[in-house]
Amino acid sequence: MTWLLANLETILLAIFGVSALVGGVLVVMLRQPMRVAMALISTMIFLGGIYGLLGVHFIAAFQVLIYVGAVMVFMVYVIMLLDPRDPATRRRFSGLVIPGVAVAAVVAGLLIRGVAADAGTGAAAAGAARGFSLAEFASAFLNKYWLHFELTSVLLLAAVVAAIAVIRANREDHG
Amino acid sequence: MDKTHALLYLALALFALGLCGVIIRRNLLVMLMSMELMLNGVNLSLVAFADRMGSAEGAVLVFLIFVVAAAEIAIAIPIVLLLAKSRRTLDADAFADLRG
Repeated sequence: MTWLLANLETILLAIFGVSALVGGVLVVMLRQPMRVAMALISTMIFLGGIYGLLGVHFIAAFQVLIYVGAVMVFMVYVIMLLDPRDPATRRRFSGLVIPGVAVAAVVAGLLIRGVAADAGTGAAAAGAARGFSLAEFASAFLNKYWLHFELTSVLLLAAVVAAIAVIRANREDHG
Repeated sequence: MDKTHALLYLALALFALGLCGVIIRRNLLVMLMSMELMLNGVNLSLVAFADRMGSAEGAVLVFLIFVVAAAEIAIAIPIVLLLAKSRRTLDADAFADLRG
């Protein structure tokens, strides 16, 4: 029991990590778009749990608020709007299964090599994870990176204008 | 294997799975969701690096990625709806005539 409590953080991290990975596999494997959306939502919530365990609670909150609360709800609405008898939902994979898996395996292999090379050096093991405070994040966000923060508002404005333009172009096509 | 490396392996697994999904899936919406999976993998690696280095820069980048993901989905969903309306299907092969 004491062992369990002493290693609780590691155990929870492992459970959340494995669950997120299972959700990711289900996103690729499931046939119905709605089930894919549910698998992706579970992956995002487990990732939010990992962020919470790492101590970055504000990112955990925004992961759930923005990804699950906004992006995925939007996605679920669109899935419900569309025709469930669409032939695209009957056949899961396109003709690119073998090259797709090969490309993903090559990318994963290259990334694994990079991480393993870093894990092999002693420098990585020297310092434990340090973490950072919300105050440090806030001052970096609004002092050092204020320009990027302002540029995101321009990006969002461009996105709104583009969304309206896409809809209006379609209206003019159909009278 | 310490915590940071385990998280990095998870992040690259999610990224590779998302890449695989974008290439092999047939449904346009599922391809979009696979792209979200790739973004989540990148976010996880950024948070792991920020936690390791004790600096907030990675977390700032995660916030910017949140905004970009929201903007991306706001554009992509109307386009997907219009495509579904014009061809009555979301099969990526039905739009093969769009290739240059």
